[in-house]
Amino acid sequence: MARPNATDLRTRLQEWIPKLVLAPSIASMLFFVYGFILFTVYLSFTDSKILPTYGWVGWRNYSNLFQLPMWSVALENLAIFASLYIMICIAIGLGLAILLDQKIRSEGVLRPIYLYPMALSFIVTGTAWKWLLDPGLGIEHTMHLWGWTSFHFNWIKSSDYAIYCVVLAAVWQTSGFVMAMFLAGLRGIDNEILKAAQMDGASNWSLYRRIVIPQLRPAFLSAIVILGFLAIKSYDLIVALTGGGPGWATQLPSTFMYSYTFTRNEMGVGAASAVIMLMMTAAILVPYLYSELKEPK
Amino acid sequence: MSSAIQSNVVHSGRVARVVIHVVLLIAALFYLLPLFVMLINSVKPLSQILDGNMMSLPHVWTLKPWSEAWSTAQIGVEPTGLRPYFLNSIEMVVPAVAISTMMGALNGYVLTKWRFRGDTFLFGMMLFSCFIPFQIVLIPMARVLGILGIAGTVPGLILVHTVYGLGFTTLYFRNYYAAFPTELVRAAQIDGAGFFRIFWRILLPLSGPIIVVAVIWQFTNIWNDFLFGSSFAGQGSQPMTVALNNLVQSSTGSKPYNIHFAGAIIAALPTLIVYIVSGRYFVRGLMAGSVKG
Repeated sequence: MARPNATDLRTRLQEWIPKLVLAPSIASMLFFVYGFILFTVYLSFTDSKILPTYGWVGWRNYSNLFQLPMWSVALENLAIFASLYIMICIAIGLGLAILLDQKIRSEGVLRPIYLYPMALSFIVTGTAWKWLLDPGLGIEHTMHLWGWTSFHFNWIKSSDYAIYCVVLAAVWQTSGFVMAMFLAGLRGIDNEILKAAQMDGASNWSLYRRIVIPQLRPAFLSAIVILGFLAIKSYDLIVALTGGGPGWATQLPSTFMYSYTFTRNEMGVGAASAVIMLMMTAAILVPYLYSELKEPK
Repeated sequence: MSSAIQSNVVHSGRVARVVIHVVLLIAALFYLLPLFVMLINSVKPLSQILDGNMMSLPHVWTLKPWSEAWSTAQIGVEPTGLRPYFLNSIEMVVPAVAISTMMGALNGYVLTKWRFRGDTFLFGMMLFSCFIPFQIVLIPMARVLGILGIAGTVPGLILVHTVYGLGFTTLYFRNYYAAFPTELVRAAQIDGAGFFRIFWRILLPLSGPIIVVAVIWQFTNIWNDFLFGSSFAGQGSQPMTVALNNLVQSSTGSKPYNIHFAGAIIAALPTLIVYIVSGRYFVRGLMAGSVKG
């Protein structure tokens, strides 16, 4: 009689162990991620300044936020930065992937060279590019020394063009990664289809345009989502490369949030800007993650 | 006639191949340029940088910028060099990587081999947590670290990085274990093996590759993090990225660029070495977060 009871207890316990093992992670996720999100959302409706305070002010922080010129600049910059960053990364990534896929013998050497910037910190990238782009020291100076004295490349000092310097450095860092994504996609395409199309007399160009690129749809989708996410959260690169300047010229929502919350002591407005950032990310990611999770079953 | 056409085709193919190689080579130069410039300028005396060309090789090779960046350069207000910050980063990275990888492995095991109602939903919530802009947690995290009494300390940073790394490690192990035959687990269960025994004896010995992927991913991310480091670190716990930024931004007067570059390379070296030694796993980690299969 005792035996079945004992096994009963053991199997019961065995059923509970997995949940107990998972519990700390779930609890910390609920607290540190979702709890914190709710807290920040709540703060965005309060009169918090230096420290969280709990006086309810309704939508005032949001209406203030959207009247701040610096926030408009940050949003505008994000739009320019994200769209150029995504397009250029995809163009370079896809181009390099297609070229590398032509049975290039040195692929094993080239691929890691294209990809290594991804292993670096954005602070390192920013430090390096800040110097290269500095007209008095970097590329412009070198061109002058080499005799091309009319060469001008001082975008980083110009409030109209500095944002394009951020695009350049960010593209340098991540385009190799996009290349790797497309290369993986290309390697997954069935060769038989290509051969058949080739026999039908399709030129290389139309082969890629009609058959290969449409098959890379999942890779395009992933690239756009990941790059969009990276663009929204870009922060370190701005700090290291331009510090948000000249003036406000390269402020993004991420740097706006930091400076309003921690240096200008407008925590309510800072929280509101963080909430907007989260909503932008969610708009991109939720549909994507949903489709990723739904399909395998 | 036909042979003429064929040779024509081969010929144009050859031109095309030369063009392809040239384009690929130019791209390689573009990616290598910043690293090359940093390297050669980190072994030059400052005088040559100031009146010279960034592309020229050093007239006098010197390792002095490296030793100064490491041990005497001015970081913020203290002339300590980057060494103490390098140690801070190591003290922070090692436990954070170990804990988040271990928990991720167990989570992945539970979510694939001990499934229960609602597990996909929970996993979806974890997955979304990988992709939040961390600005949304900065304010409450600062409060909680203060309440716990670990604000501005290395343990505080370990907690932060562990918590926000869990989503990714869980994702890696879940996807890896999903392909692992569940029958094997059931058979071991029938033989009387328990939860931990199955994990320890059957899954873990076969988890080598994914452990490497998760460790590399976490190591790279945590080492390179700047946002958490600059928000939550105190004087004695600042990681390498924050120190490098202070070094580069703070110097007044004539900037010691050679020391900045040496410092930047020192900060990049650990992740670069990991990448060179195990690039294959690094790429796999990147892809696992983004591409299906």
